[in-house]
Amino acid sequence: MNIVVCVKQVPDTATERKLRPDDKTIDREAAEGVINEICEYAVEEALRLKEAHGGEVTVLTMGPSKATDTIRKALAMGADKAVHLVDDALHGSDGLQTSYALAQVLKKIGFDVVILGSESTDARMGTLAAMLAERLDAPQLSLANKVEIDGSTIRIQRLTDYGFDRVEASLPAVVSVVEKINEPRYPSFKGIMAAKKKPVETLSVADAEIDAAKVGLASAATEVVDFAVAPPRAAGTIVKDEGDGGVKVAEFLASKKFV
Amino acid sequence: MAVVRLLPTQEARDLLDLTRDFADKELATRVEEHERDETYPEGLFAKLGEAGLLGLPYPEEMGGGGQPYEVYLQVLEELAARWAAVAVAVSVHGLSCFPLATYGTAEQRDRWLPDMLAGKVIGGYSLSEPQAGSDAGALNCRAERVETGYRISGTKAWITHGGRADFYALFARTGEGSRGVSCFLAPGRAEGLTFGRPEQKMGLHAIPTTSAHWDGAVIDSDRLIGEEGQGLQIAFSALDSGRLGIAACATGLAQAALDVAVRYANERTQFGRKIIDHQGLGFLLADMAAAVDSARATYLDAARRRDAGLPYGRNASVAKLVCTDAAMKVTTDAVQVLGGYGYTRDFPAERYMREAKITQIFEGTNQIQRLVISRHLSR
Ligand SMILES: Cc1cc2nc3c(=O)[nH]c(=O)nc-3n(C[C@H](O)[C@H](O)[C@H](O)COP(=O)(O)OP(=O)(O)OC[C@H]3O[C@@H](n4cnc5c(N)ncnc54)[C@H](O)[C@@H]3O)c2cc1C
Repeated sequence: MNIVVCVKQVPDTATERKLRPDDKTIDREAAEGVINEICEYAVEEALRLKEAHGGEVTVLTMGPSKATDTIRKALAMGADKAVHLVDDALHGSDGLQTSYALAQVLKKIGFDVVILGSESTDARMGTLAAMLAERLDAPQLSLANKVEIDGSTIRIQRLTDYGFDRVEASLPAVVSVVEKINEPRYPSFKGIMAAKKKPVETLSVADAEIDAAKVGLASAATEVVDFAVAPPRAAGTIVKDEGDGGVKVAEFLASKKFV
Repeated sequence: MAVVRLLPTQEARDLLDLTRDFADKELATRVEEHERDETYPEGLFAKLGEAGLLGLPYPEEMGGGGQPYEVYLQVLEELAARWAAVAVAVSVHGLSCFPLATYGTAEQRDRWLPDMLAGKVIGGYSLSEPQAGSDAGALNCRAERVETGYRISGTKAWITHGGRADFYALFARTGEGSRGVSCFLAPGRAEGLTFGRPEQKMGLHAIPTTSAHWDGAVIDSDRLIGEEGQGLQIAFSALDSGRLGIAACATGLAQAALDVAVRYANERTQFGRKIIDHQGLGFLLADMAAAVDSARATYLDAARRRDAGLPYGRNASVAKLVCTDAAMKVTTDAVQVLGGYGYTRDFPAERYMREAKITQIFEGTNQIQRLVISRHLSR
């Protein structure tokens, strides 16, 4: 089975993240780049599918050249090879453009299953899986906390407010996963050593037959018009308990429509 | 605050990332509970082994990680900054593999070493006896040749991981005098082998330290490592490397204490300003930072000599002395920086201080390190 797992490098959430004042895109130089956390779960799920059904796991990353750190990590966890889409023309691409670019690569390299994390910690759109599925004309199985493959049928379980949905489709398909799905493994030191020898193919926009006019900040469908630092949280209300504390708390909750 | 490290290769940088990630998730989250309740971290060493962290300084051909000491010791330092007891046990495991890896025959190595370096089995190091500590050559435990091997009788003391380990590098007497000690790769369980109740220690609570009573247990003759009578030479050459491990653990402890103190001093205000802005305290923190940096530089210098194939025994003793004294000073001062809070178990500073103390004692007390250094000087 040909499993492709999309992995994104994001600015470390533990550090202060910034937007660039000039073009209002994320400043990827300001903070250390780390693997997007949910992507680790996607890699883990890809590896488990491979362990259960055989085949190969390919990591697909679109990002600047320093995203190789993140690719190496996914390879150290056990993925077999990687494709890195890297080109200055891609800078500032929005969700629609990113899905177009990744879909072009996926059409080129082929797939039985594409696995993604449900969202990234930087943009937090949570729409890439849906957009990709549409562009690839493949079924979308979103927000999975369990994935099963049986022949050419794929089934997922999706947690909902009322229980869970069971979703079934036939391969090839696009799956997005949530953190509850598994416990990602550590890349063992043996894995780190092995990763050095695994192939990483670098593709430019031209290599992937991506129309350069359709990607990048200039032709993005969305535009960041302005941004500001979130104001510090206002001081909370302090209720002094003079025998009526319980009532006051209940009134507060009622005023916020919690009760 | 992650320490910015100078590392020789990309794979070493990735290894340190893995170590920090592992230590944050598997050690930092459990340390308080296990050190408080004095409970053994079940399953943790298997995980360390799976992550490849238990055989790092040994050659890849033997199943190790092929890492220079310069890198291996920085891994230990990161582990110790989260959980000293675990880092010490990792260092001792490495020490217990040393005799076989260095003095074993090819057959012996092929048979036992891969599982040891993969961490499938965990080792202890059994040199000390109740009456033979600094004067290890005075050990009494006997290994008497019998038809099928060696019959072991006597009492060993102070074994890190005692009763829990799967094997021990055991030193016992096959003859008289300093040439009468031999080294064995003893099994962790045998008929006629029992362990004492874990010592009630000042720190390192999660890993037991016990005595071992050998009451005529017989171990196979192919478990003799090196020649009969070569034991003390093996023991002391292993300790040169082991001391570097302890130096690195002490540095990690000191770093952790410094981090806690700096964070606290930047938050706590007295007399209307942050306490770090009172020069008297700011300078205390500066001295702590200087002690941590010089400790790290000292053990790395010794490690690089070892990696380059140069003599390093004296440097290992200097590193053990400098790093562990630094750890004692820095952890004590960290308690001071936190004031009354530092003296409570609500903050880790007091634990670091208790843990630092042992690093000045085991694998050769710091008096013994001075003895080693001065002997090098008088040659
Ligand atoms: C928690 C813990 C874990 C340990 N783990 C292990 C282990 O895994 N394996 C193992 O084999 N051992 C282990 N040890 C034993 C440790 O190495 C010894 O405790 C240490 O070597 C000191 O021996 P001693 O306790 O008998 O002290 P002693 O040798 O009796 O020393 C007492 C004091 O006298 C000083 N002294 C002794 N001789 C001299 C001298 N010639 N000149 C100046 N001063 C001197 C010492 O520095 C010390 O201050 C452990 C000990 C502890 C507490």
